[in-house]
Amino acid sequence: MMLAESEITPELLSHHNLTEEEYQRIVQVLRRQPNLTELGIFSVMWSEHCSYKSSKVHLKRLPTTGQRVLQGPGENAGIIDIGGDYAIAFKIESHNHPSFIEPYQGAATGVGGILRDIFTMGARPIAAMNSLRFGPLDQVKNRSIMEGVVAGIAGYGNCFGVPTIGGEVVFEESYSSNPLVNAFALGLFRKDQIFYGKAVGVGNPVIYVGSKTGRDGIHGATMASAEFDEESESKRPNVQVGDPFLEKLLLEACLEAMKTGAVVGIQDMGAAGLTCSTCEMGGRAGTGIEIDLQFVPQRETGMTPYEIMLSESQERMLLVAEKGREEEVFQVFRKWEVDAVTIGHVTADGLLRVKDHGKLAAEIPNAALTDEAPVYQRPLQRPVESHRSPEPRRTARSQLACGAVLRKFLSSPNLASKEWVYRQYDHMVRTNTVQLPGGDAAVIRIKGTDKALAISLDGNGRYCRRHPRRGAQIAVAECCRNLVCAGALPLAATNCLNFGNPQKPEILWQFSEVIDGMAEACRVFETPVTGGNVSLYNETLGEGIYPTPVIGIVGLIEPITRTTRCWFPADGQIVALLGQVTRPSSEYLEALSQAFVAFAADMESPKDAYTLWANRLPCPPLDLHQERGVQNACLEGIRNGLIRAAHDCSDGGLAVALAEMSFSSFRAPRHGARLQVPAGEFPTEAMFGEYQSRILVTLDETDCRAVQQIASRHGVEWLRLGTVGGDRLIVEDRGSVLIDEPVAELESIWSSSLGQYFQR
Amino acid sequence: MKFGVLMFPGSNCEHDAYHMVSKVLHRPVEFIWHATKDLKGCDAIVVPGGFSYGDYLRTGAIARFSPVMEAVREFAATGGLVIGICNGFQILLESGLLPGAMLRNNGLKYVCRHVYVRVETGDTPFTGLAQPGRVLQIPIGHMEGNYFADEATLAQLERNRQIVFRYCSEDGQITEAANPNGSLANIAGICNLQRNVLGMMPHPERASEALLGSDDGLVVFQSMVQSLELLTTRS
Repeated sequence: MMLAESEITPELLSHHNLTEEEYQRIVQVLRRQPNLTELGIFSVMWSEHCSYKSSKVHLKRLPTTGQRVLQGPGENAGIIDIGGDYAIAFKIESHNHPSFIEPYQGAATGVGGILRDIFTMGARPIAAMNSLRFGPLDQVKNRSIMEGVVAGIAGYGNCFGVPTIGGEVVFEESYSSNPLVNAFALGLFRKDQIFYGKAVGVGNPVIYVGSKTGRDGIHGATMASAEFDEESESKRPNVQVGDPFLEKLLLEACLEAMKTGAVVGIQDMGAAGLTCSTCEMGGRAGTGIEIDLQFVPQRETGMTPYEIMLSESQERMLLVAEKGREEEVFQVFRKWEVDAVTIGHVTADGLLRVKDHGKLAAEIPNAALTDEAPVYQRPLQRPVESHRSPEPRRTARSQLACGAVLRKFLSSPNLASKEWVYRQYDHMVRTNTVQLPGGDAAVIRIKGTDKALAISLDGNGRYCRRHPRRGAQIAVAECCRNLVCAGALPLAATNCLNFGNPQKPEILWQFSEVIDGMAEACRVFETPVTGGNVSLYNETLGEGIYPTPVIGIVGLIEPITRTTRCWFPADGQIVALLGQVTRPSSEYLEALSQAFVAFAADMESPKDAYTLWANRLPCPPLDLHQERGVQNACLEGIRNGLIRAAHDCSDGGLAVALAEMSFSSFRAPRHGARLQVPAGEFPTEAMFGEYQSRILVTLDETDCRAVQQIASRHGVEWLRLGTVGGDRLIVEDRGSVLIDEPVAELESIWSSSLGQYFQR
Repeated sequence: MKFGVLMFPGSNCEHDAYHMVSKVLHRPVEFIWHATKDLKGCDAIVVPGGFSYGDYLRTGAIARFSPVMEAVREFAATGGLVIGICNGFQILLESGLLPGAMLRNNGLKYVCRHVYVRVETGDTPFTGLAQPGRVLQIPIGHMEGNYFADEATLAQLERNRQIVFRYCSEDGQITEAANPNGSLANIAGICNLQRNVLGMMPHPERASEALLGSDDGLVVFQSMVQSLELLTTRS
């Protein structure tokens, strides 16, 4: 047996992010000291990023099964049956740490990684989305990170040829040194074309395909499992460099190779590269894999086994072919001019055996690296709230004019149009994009069917910070609400859980609460979680991000003609609200009033006053069953052809939602409206409070009765607000005017705000 | 009548063009691999959009050396219809089938959005069914669509009515504000002197179905079908 070629010192362990206990466990598993290559392999597979060691015990509480679920968590992506012959694979994944260190390449390779997760299952990617969070744009560093991230996503997705059809962009101080880049992709295939990452069939050849291996990205997974400090920028060499052109060739070659019938299993080489793909494919199948590194295509000379096994060079895949049919696979890869080399074979012994020119370099049981990796039940602790006694009720309420507040809100990067971002993404390639970016949900058609898919990504760190459990529920509720507004029935979810250091009990408490909230909401909305990703250690210099679970949910529109948009469709339409305007005398209402008093002082400041205001708010109340009722009523109204437009009320409340509905959209002009809102003594609170479970709809006068009946059958309040028409947005309360603004001016503020930050 | 859609490594709009011809125009269509010189008897060739060869070196600069482009040059020389869309236009420029060159957009960023273009001449096989002056709403999606040519070339293009589409405002005015990329003289598409080769930056295949927002681009392909049918009846 090989000997340890170097002494395992505490420094070496700490460099590998392994604890003394973990090292003892390695010795126990191997019944000897590991050599350096083995230590490296353990360190990446047992890293938080690959092993989910802190989160696993909590993730088990999420609902993961359902009638339509063909594949839940554990594979490269979840798979959902969408009826007929078709299924979809989708997943969201974070690339936060690399995007901070090198924004362009970090974001680009994040897109590349998630696309590979989809096509490794045999599905052709047909949509990409992303959820991005940055610090405030008045800081030049944040602008430069954002420019790089957006350009990186565009550079990769556009070249690869997948439309980037939507997502979310959020600005908040907590993300200044920890931007969040969560990339989502969705692919389509026939149900009989699904491939899995399993190394089955002892003796079958293990084939390496794609880009050559270089020294880039060594220890990327370990880097993503630690906090940042002043030295982090020196980790730039740990960030991989993407080549979308090669990925496109790899996509076409893989899909074509799969069609030959000679491929039995396939997995992409993402984090932890060759190490992860070999041991996971073997682990899933209960087999072993033996490879010899001399056959691995290499970009550099003199690479050690340690470097080859840990490299995170991009655009690589590992596939297992049927013995004797390798040539069919090679032929396809030759056509696409992509490397394909047999590097080993499947064995029966359950070991990952790595040789280098025939000499043993590492030998580890696959199970020790995958299913039997350490799992921690780390301590969690509800943080001691700095419980200030509630401030005395203020009798004096803010005297702010709602129109002025609305203008200020619409200029906030958080509420303004994101066109500056999405026009850099090719969102139309593949000619399926039914809803251009900017709507409540992205909508793509499925060619050759009468179906469309609606997709939405949602997160709300500032609610989760105040109330992790309810905040997570709101993220799920809002995501489903967005889908319903597009006319879709929510089917299934994927999640990206962005948190700070799980070794801090308060952070882990947040995580645990978020899981419980998400689990509860996903049960109510019948959207099982089919997979996703956990990103921990989002901290710089000990300062963690807001707990930020991002949920991505896919819904089905059928028939496609029921696709609904969020803009006022025509003059004369009746505008109504499903749900309540406000709820009387709640803690939330009181907090709103106080936030407005402070907001009055921020009105004149160049700062983003909306975000300052929103940060003073607690997490709004939510009743999941009430929410489900509102969504069911809306969807029924849409499916019966009664509701012509629907828009979710969320950030910025009723007034911002109404303004957005009045704006122009592709080939549709702007419309004013004259509306009555019973605001009582709380006009600003009623207009801007971020109450949940509300959908604004428009309909023909003659359909009002029918929709009202649907609403009451679902136990949902229905409030008729007024009529679409004119060129001003007018909101009144029993004769007193709350808002009276020209729609064109509001739209101009909203559409130009974000771009202004980037004008040189 | 058969359409051929070229496939280069890195093309990514070839499926869109294929879908449009087969499912919207209901005409026969085949893919043609870059490594062949056999155009499979196609009557019209679509050079699709995408990032052929990853846009390495310069957009279209490597694709021009493909065996298939040699065949396309011969096909064009004998009067065959060739339409290059986006990266296809860039390839036709690099191949010398059309004059001029592409610069990076003046905004220095990739731009994907619907634009308006004005049909400048109905006297091409690609615009036969469109009245000159008609405004079409068609999307663009590119980083290098800032068309450039020297003065003499531009004068020649103007004189010979080779400018087929110009970026314009909704009501057909040729203005600087309507120009999405800084293109010379608002040029969105040009044809060769013989009028059988067209290059355009906007994607008419993305504007061929009302479901996707606009079917204004369909007229380009319908015009091609019409002119091919006329040829067939004449011969």
